[in-house]
Parts: sequence; structure tokens; C-alpha cells
Amino acid sequence: MIEIIKPDIYIDFVSKFKVAITISLLLIAAGIISLVIQGGPKLGIEFKGGTSIQLAFKKGIDVGELRKVLSSSKLFKDAKIQTFGGTNKRFIIYTKKSTSSTTKSIEEQLKKVLDKQFAGQYTILEVNMVGPKIGKEFRDKGLEAIILSLIAILIYISIRFQYRFAVGAIAALFHDVLITVGFLSIFGYEFTLDVVAAILTIIGYSVNDTIVIFDRIREKVKTNRKLSNVEAINRGISETLSRTILTAGTTLFVVLALFIFGGHALKGMSFALLVGIVSGTYSSIFIASPILLLFKGQLIPEKKEEESTDRFKQRIEFDMKNLRER
Amino acid sequence: MKTSTLVKLVIILVVLAIFGAYALPTFIGKQRAKELPSFLPKSPINLGLDLKGGMYLVLGVETNKAVFAQLSRAANNLKKQLLNAKIAYNRVYVDKNNEIVISLVDKNDLQRALDLIQTNFPNYVIVSEGPPIKIRLKEKIEDKIKREAVDQAVNVIRNRVDQFGVTEPTIVRSGKDHIVVELPGIKDANRAVRLIGKTARLEFHLVDDSVSVDEALNGKLPPDDEILYQIKRDPTTGEVTKIPYVVKKDVVLTGDMITNATVRFGGPLNKPYVAFELNSEGAKIFADFTAKHIGKRLAIVLDNTIYSAPVIQSRIGGGRGEITGNFTLQQAHDLAIVLRSGSLPAPVKVLQKVTIGPTLGKISIEKGTKAMIFGAAAVILFMIFYYRLSGLLADIAMAANVLIILGALAMFNATLTLPGLAGIALTVGMSVDANVLIYERIREELRLGRSIHDAVNTGYSKAFITIFDANITTLIIALILYQFGSGPVKGFAVTMSIGLLANMFTAVTLTKTVFDIVLDKFRPKRLSI
Repeated sequence: MIEIIKPDIYIDFVSKFKVAITISLLLIAAGIISLVIQGGPKLGIEFKGGTSIQLAFKKGIDVGELRKVLSSSKLFKDAKIQTFGGTNKRFIIYTKKSTSSTTKSIEEQLKKVLDKQFAGQYTILEVNMVGPKIGKEFRDKGLEAIILSLIAILIYISIRFQYRFAVGAIAALFHDVLITVGFLSIFGYEFTLDVVAAILTIIGYSVNDTIVIFDRIREKVKTNRKLSNVEAINRGISETLSRTILTAGTTLFVVLALFIFGGHALKGMSFALLVGIVSGTYSSIFIASPILLLFKGQLIPEKKEEESTDRFKQRIEFDMKNLRER
Repeated sequence: MKTSTLVKLVIILVVLAIFGAYALPTFIGKQRAKELPSFLPKSPINLGLDLKGGMYLVLGVETNKAVFAQLSRAANNLKKQLLNAKIAYNRVYVDKNNEIVISLVDKNDLQRALDLIQTNFPNYVIVSEGPPIKIRLKEKIEDKIKREAVDQAVNVIRNRVDQFGVTEPTIVRSGKDHIVVELPGIKDANRAVRLIGKTARLEFHLVDDSVSVDEALNGKLPPDDEILYQIKRDPTTGEVTKIPYVVKKDVVLTGDMITNATVRFGGPLNKPYVAFELNSEGAKIFADFTAKHIGKRLAIVLDNTIYSAPVIQSRIGGGRGEITGNFTLQQAHDLAIVLRSGSLPAPVKVLQKVTIGPTLGKISIEKGTKAMIFGAAAVILFMIFYYRLSGLLADIAMAANVLIILGALAMFNATLTLPGLAGIALTVGMSVDANVLIYERIREELRLGRSIHDAVNTGYSKAFITIFDANITTLIIALILYQFGSGPVKGFAVTMSIGLLANMFTAVTLTKTVFDIVLDKFRPKRLSI
């Protein structure tokens, strides 16, 4: 049997809470600083409106030349050029402009500009044009979806567990979302619809991870009432540690494969997933669980009350018996 | 073997057979799927536009313009009725706030005019009793006009797309005033947008020769007239000239009465033009009108641009006419389509347009599949390495999960997109999670010294509630994602949701059944876990 974690391991996670939260806060702060410096998240075409046009040239060309040709036209003077694939053959041209006209299109105008120099040497692979109105709709809907997800999770966990578990889980989720958003900003990735989808997936994944640990903590308390909260939490995390690492591992294999082999279209999404899964795993252990301690009283006190009623009955019976015997 | 185990086994095999049958055409390709026995499904999974190329278009219908048109018609109608009732008016017009303003000559007519409006215009509410009187459409009626404008626009666009010849187009209304058009595999996207987006309001106006164009341009335009332009393009230099015409505002005839339109060739250069036919009502109006106005010019106006303004030589009976202009064959062809399919009730705007070339789609499929295979291979090998035979079983469950996702996509005619592909890959990674949970639990139970049989049973029952909780929360997220997402992201939510549901079946039921059978039949002394 191969084991990455020794079965009877007991690690005192709770005592490392302060160190963990310091690291997390530093990372989050770095992300926020990056966001502030860049003036907010770098929004993709879908959210801010504009046009991106992907070009493939038959032969590698000089980027400077392409830039020169574009700057000669009024429409594409401010356009950004991004190259990828490393062969100087594929480019994406971004412009803030979009047109709502059904008779004129931006790519036709780009063609006119490019044909002066590169006629017949390139093909347009993809055009993505989003008007400002739709951009706003997407922004609103994206934010709505993220908030809605957090609320839904809060409700579900409150029903299935105690509210303090819900607070822990939500804190972990905020942590993961902030870390992911920060890293996306630091590494210069754009916020696209795919990335929002990835963030929602991270929320799902992180909750999943947190629930597994919470379930075990609850089980520890249930089977051994004498266990202190700290001990129950430490045991719960330690006993599920190998599972936590294994699942994070298999999921990371896949996401890493998407990141490396998935091509340009999946880069942003898989990067967000990569960061989010690592953060989600970490936060389930170091953020969600120790937060349970911020509240006073035993974990799962309801059960205790039931038992105390039983004990009360026993005591009364016992007293009655004593009385009768006397 | 216990009966309950046998029943489970049969159910599992049947389920896998069904989904497998649906997934089969995707693996062997459309061509070979045709040779399958007739009872088997034959259609492969629908690929999204991002995988097969095509155009995704979101149009916004300017429903306010449809309301404005309705108000203008009502204003004209009101004028006639006021005249009939011998109520003199200074002006009747539609203002910026979508209200019809009626200013009367004589204050004493006010009450009579209000009575007339109340009895004959039940769809309107009186905003101000004047002077001047202001009326507006009831809110319900206005909403209805807007709604109908969008519905009608969807129908007209569908007609046009059908005649344009695109296979499997999707044209649906989305939200209040958006229309989503998906045209897979379209080559000339811009031509399609032009065709779809043309308002195509055809009108015939009489040219007012009693007014000089120069004077009209300098502000001396009679109130019943308007200035419209004919656009001429020099075929060699491409230079555009605009020729102004003064025409009567009254519309003689609109394109609504056209029953057919076709491309013909004629003239000295044998150039293409569009010939049209009118219905009987239109034919009668046309004949009467031309008989009365011989020698005058009739402007043929499409979307406020004059195409031609021929002189009426004689009464034109039979309801036939033609539109000439400097058309290329393609332009004439497209014009005929829009005339046949009718005009849009209101102009449309392009809100979003995504066109993806077929090469990019192929690249995406290749890269997505490659990533999936590498990721899956790593997971499969790792599981076998770590859990031995039990790991292999988890791998089989994972493969079954992917099979069910693919089968379900084909079964429900859902669309596989690039993020959807990523969703499948992610499911591969997460689907083994359930088995990891169970196996870790079984190992624990074994360590406690339980028998293999007991360890397996407690392992499954203890892990189940956790798996259930975890899957439900992720499912909630996937559903929210589905609600919010546009095409590609929806695909991601769909594959994730199916994957999660299937996971409960494959990772739990399937593997447990295999365990039961193996433990029952072979009674192993050691568990390969």
C-alpha cells in the first residue's frame, strides 16, 4: 500500500492559523496592489466592449511592420497587438472600437488597411466584437452569478451544518476568489467570460474540499464528546489530509494539462483554475477550519442538549429509585 | 450472487449501453454512423461555433422605432378623422416623449376632439386635455407592440437565413429585445450580417416635380414633402454621389404587399435587377395610381434611400414592377431575398458578433482533446499506481462517466463547446475524488482491523454523505453558471452538471457493485487498494 501521508498522523493545524492568515493577507494585498496599479481588473472584450481580431500569417512577419501599417489608419491607430505561439505568425489585434452597423464591419476595414502591405499573406481566424451595451450586461450578470453562488453556498451549508461552518466556508471562498483575481492581475491575464466560469468552478471546488473536512470534524465531535474543539479540528484535517492532497493532485494534473496543451483559447481559464485549486485546497485547511474556533461554545451543541435531556431523565430515574429504596 | 447485486449490475450495463449507443456516432464519425442498424441513434454531438467555426450574432431590435411607427400611423389616421369631423387643427405630431400632440385652431372644438379620441382610439390614454391635447399609447399596448416587433423580426430573419441557405441555423429571441443568431460554418459572415440586418422597408413615393430641389434644400420644403437621396457609385473610381429628390411624404404602396421577388437580367448591359409581384390589393392600388399620374416620376425607396425614380409611362396593371440599380449579382440576389421575406418591423443593431474560422475550430478541438488525453492519462496512471486494482476500477468508473457525458450531450442535442471540453477534463480530475474518498475510508477501516467485507461496506456508507454534499454544492454552482452564461460558458456548465450527476452513479454505484461481486465470488484475503 502506497501512502503519501502516514495514517496515524496528527498535525496541529490550528496553531499555524496566524502564520497562514498572514501569508494569505500578504498574497491578497499583493493582488490588490496590482489591481490598483493597473486601475482595476484587465477586462476582456466581453466585459468592456471592443473588437479583437485574430490573424494567422503564412510566414512569420515583423511585428514592427505590422504596427506601422496599423498606425497608418485612423481606426487602428490605438490598437494593441498581441502575438502568441512564438513564431510571429499569429497575432491578435485589439481595439476599443465596435460598430453596431449591419452594413459595415471592423474586420473589413482592417482588411483594407492590411492589404496595402500584406495582401494574400494572411487569414482572419476569429473576430470577436462586443458592443458597449452587451459588455455592461455581461459585467452585471457575471457579478450577479458570483454573488448568487456565494449566497447559495451560504444557505446550503447553513442548512446542512451550523452557521459557523457556513461562515468558515464563505471566508475560505472569499479568500480563494481574491487570491485568484489577484494572481490573474499580477500575471497579466484578462478577465473573460471563461475566467468568470473558472472562478465559479473554484467556488464549487473549494466548498467541496471544505465540506469534506467539515464532515470529518463533525464526525469527530459526534463520536467523542470529550474532544476539545481544537483537537477535533486538528484530527478532522489530519485524517482527511491524504484525500485532500490526492484530489487536489489529480485535479491539478488535468488543469495543468489544459494550461500547457490547451492552446491560447484556454490559457486564462486554466490559469485561474490552477491558482484557484491550490488556493482552495489551502484555504479549506488553513482558513475555513480555524475560523470555527472564533465562535464560542462546542461544535454541534444541539446534539449535546438532546443527550443532556436523556441524562436528565436518567438522573431523575436514579433519584426516584434512591428515594424509593430509602 | 445476491439478487440485489444482480439487479444493480443489469441496470448499470443497460445505462452504459444506452449512453454508449448515443456516444457511438461521435466516435466513429457521421459517415460510418449511417451504416449502423436502424434502431441505433446516428447523430454525433453538436459542436459549438467555437469548435466548428461560424458566426454568433446578438442583435438588438430598436423596438422604440416600432412604437414610433405605430404612433405616426395613428397620428395620420387622427388627422383624417379630425377633418371628417370638421375639427380644424394646426398640427398633429409625435413628440420626443412618444406622445401625440394635437393643437387645434379653435378652443371650442376641444371637447369634441377629446370625445372623438376617446371613442375611436381606445388604445390611447389622454395625458393632457390641452390645449394642446396630448395622448399616449397605453403601457400594455406599447409592450405588446415591442414584443410583437421582436417576434416578427425573429420570423423575418429566420426566413432570410433559410433562403440564404445555412445548415442548422439557430435564431432565437433572448431577453426583452435581443435576438441571437447562430450560423454554423458560414463563409461570408459580413454578407450574412448585411442580409439579416437590412430593415428592407420598401416604399413607393411620388416625386414632387412642382418644387425645385434647390429651393427645398434651402428650407422651402412644403410640409407634405420630404427630401430623400439616391446614392450612385461610380463603378471605376468608387466615388459616391448623392442625388437629392423632393418626394411626397404619402406612401403609395409598401413592400408588405409583395408576394414574390426574383433576380432577372436586362438592359443594354444585361445587368441584374429585381422583379417583384404584388398581391391583388397592391396590384389594384398600383394600377389606379399609375393611371392617375402618367408622366410623373415614381420613386422606389428602400430603407429611406431612393433606388430609382422612373417616369410612369402608362397605367401599370398586373401588379408587376422592377427595381433597377447598379447591382452586382450577389446584391440583387440578396435584395430579392429580403423583399420576399418581408421587412423588419424595426431596425436592428449589432450588439455582439463573433466569427470563428473553421481552421481555428479545428486547432481548438485538437488542443483541447490533446490536453484532455494527457490529463486523463496522468490521472489514470496515478490511480493505478496508488490504489492498484481498486484504482483501475476508479479509472473504469471515470471512463464510464465520460461516456455518459458524451452520450447525454448527443441524447439531449446539447452543444459541446471549448470550455465544455475543459469541463469534461475537469470532471475527469474531480470524478476520481469520490473514489479517493471511499478508498481512503476503506483503508482506515481496514487499519482498525475490520474484515474486508465490513471495511468496504462502512467505507462506502461513511463516504457517501460527504460525496453527496460536495456534489450538490458544485451542482448548485453549475446551475447558476448555466443561467448566467452565454453559449460557450453554458457548454461548460452543461458538461460539469452531467459529469457531477453521472459521478454519483459511476463512482459510487458502479464501483460498489463491482466490489460486491468480487468480494462475493472470489472472497479475497487481501484487498488490492
